[in-house]
Amino acid sequence: MSLRLTDVRKSYVDQDGTKLPILAVSHFELKSGEQVALIGESGGGKTTLLNVISGITAADSGEVLIGNTNIAKLSEVSRDRFRAQRIGFIFQTFNLLPAFTALENVLLGMSFSGQHADRNRAKELLGRVGLAHRLNHRPNTLSVGEQQRVAVARSLANKPSLLLADEPTASIDAKHQATVLELIRTACSEQNCSLLLVTHSPEVAAQFKRVERLSDFNKP
Amino acid sequence: MNLVTIAWKSIRQRALASSLTALSVALGVMLMVSVLVVHGIVDRVFSQSTSGYHLIVGAKGSPLQLVLNTIYHLGDPVENIPYNYYKRLRDDPMIDHAVPICMGDVTQEGNFRIIGTTSEFFELPYHPEREFRVKGHFFEDDFDAVIGSHVAKANGWDIGSQFQPVHGVADGHVHEEKFTIVGILAPTGTPNDKGVFINIDGFYQIAGHEKPIDEAQKKAADYAEFERKQAEALGLKPKVATQPEPPATAPKATDPKAPANAIADDATPKKDEHAGHDDHVGHDHHGHHHHELPDEQKEVTAVLLKFEYTTFAIQMLATINGEPYAQAAQPFKEIYWILTNVVGNVRWLLIVMTALILVVSGVGIFVSIYNSMADRRKEIAVMRALGAQRSTVFWIILCESVLLCAGGGIFGMLLGHGLVVFAAPLLEAKTGLLINPWAFEQWELVLLPVMIGLASLVGIIPGLTAYRTDVAKALHS
Repeated sequence: MSLRLTDVRKSYVDQDGTKLPILAVSHFELKSGEQVALIGESGGGKTTLLNVISGITAADSGEVLIGNTNIAKLSEVSRDRFRAQRIGFIFQTFNLLPAFTALENVLLGMSFSGQHADRNRAKELLGRVGLAHRLNHRPNTLSVGEQQRVAVARSLANKPSLLLADEPTASIDAKHQATVLELIRTACSEQNCSLLLVTHSPEVAAQFKRVERLSDFNKP
Repeated sequence: MNLVTIAWKSIRQRALASSLTALSVALGVMLMVSVLVVHGIVDRVFSQSTSGYHLIVGAKGSPLQLVLNTIYHLGDPVENIPYNYYKRLRDDPMIDHAVPICMGDVTQEGNFRIIGTTSEFFELPYHPEREFRVKGHFFEDDFDAVIGSHVAKANGWDIGSQFQPVHGVADGHVHEEKFTIVGILAPTGTPNDKGVFINIDGFYQIAGHEKPIDEAQKKAADYAEFERKQAEALGLKPKVATQPEPPATAPKATDPKAPANAIADDATPKKDEHAGHDDHVGHDHHGHHHHELPDEQKEVTAVLLKFEYTTFAIQMLATINGEPYAQAAQPFKEIYWILTNVVGNVRWLLIVMTALILVVSGVGIFVSIYNSMADRRKEIAVMRALGAQRSTVFWIILCESVLLCAGGGIFGMLLGHGLVVFAAPLLEAKTGLLINPWAFEQWELVLLPVMIGLASLVGIIPGLTAYRTDVAKALHS
């Protein structure tokens, strides 16, 4: 599914009432099935951009077109539903829910999307990331690398058309970085899922055909 | 995965805090259940046991004490009334049934009250359309006894078991006479289950149960004078002689429905318990000493009266209470007074306390969940980022509140009944009331929905906190 941002603006108001512009993207586009690495400096608006694309945060203005849907025009409930059904999310700190096992964390992603919580598919996803033997382990009993792999499996649970990854390898060691990155990219290729991966690492970015620098198209 | 499962897993994640919260609810409910179950039992015992009789006649004094003592076997027996007074009631054509009750002795084992009466006692239903059922039979011989189900169980007694009464609650003198159990009542759920009923003929043959001769003669004279005046007023011939007549023989009464009739007119007051006996008279085939008394030396503690028409009862109530010898009490009226003025007030007090306990439990749940919200902001934000809607996280928190409350409530109910099981023997020993710890009160059905309602109420604010979580901020906190 393609992604196109046109004249997207987002500002925050700080404590003394001053308006702080964070995003001002005149144009950014991602073709269907394309994989793009986005490099940006800390505080450059990377996370805000992902939040606006995913509908977690509403843009102040502009158009965020995912496929044929302008997510910026949707109500919050519709944005939540759209995100649950069409967008996958991988966080830097994995954000697995500690009360749930690896399998349940993956099932949770399906539950919120309104799909049938397909245990077989969840097991298959975990099997694909090499965790078939850790299905019933809770996050606190998994290694950091295993946790991120669960997070990858979870992000794919709802069969997303667009996968957003926010520094997915930042918290894991070099040895596992390549594995996790390979997993994400392979999974996206297999599902024809567009990937926008935010990173501050040139090494990670170097593995992508297309690398964008946020500061090149974000002029707040 | 449904919301309840998600909520349950979140509760389990905070096992200690959740357990303590549920336990606080459980303890509150336990207290409430145990107190109200006992209250319900007391209420039921009092309201179920009075229906058989219209009036209870006993010595002048507190009508409440008369009823409590006669029907519920509570408190010390009131003074006695002359046996001839009972006979007068028995022979009154207005009265359908006049059942004598003699109290004062207890069993050695278990300290159960012994009630001297006639088989007629068992002919009347103890509750509307509930008649006594007995394993064995009712009285046939003087020294026959019929015991309540609880007594049989507690003392391990069966048909054929024997026991010796102990005189009074305080002095502990064991009578020589042995009574044989010939019947065991089926459970009634009334104080009768804890009663030991002996044939009144046997009761009067127990040494020491006769009224002292001087006192008996004085009372007999007084009563004869009273009878004479009554008869004069009605233009009739008095039934009772002014002085006891010397005995001709002392035949043993064998008709259980007409106790002591045979000896009533022939016996004389005796100086000591063995006086007037020859080698044979006074001993039956059980080897019991017969202390057959003249009516003047006999007394009854109370007489239970049943009338064909209630109007007769009201008329008799006025008549008896207008005389100097006895008083008549209406059991239902006395019990209604207790239920209204004592039990009813206690009930209201308990309801208020219960409501406060519920509120405190609810506040406990609120505090627990609300405090956990600060730690769970990120968890909630992750759910939202995965596509959970605001309303979804709101319902998850509400489910947690309800699960904690319902779980604690159910556990509390079990604990409450468990506490009653534990305390029942003590309560029975202290009060004489029969406690069924597993008696399920109707209001317990209401309790759980009320608890769920309360949980929903206190879950709203934490739920709204989850609802309002700023996802972007919480995800990166």
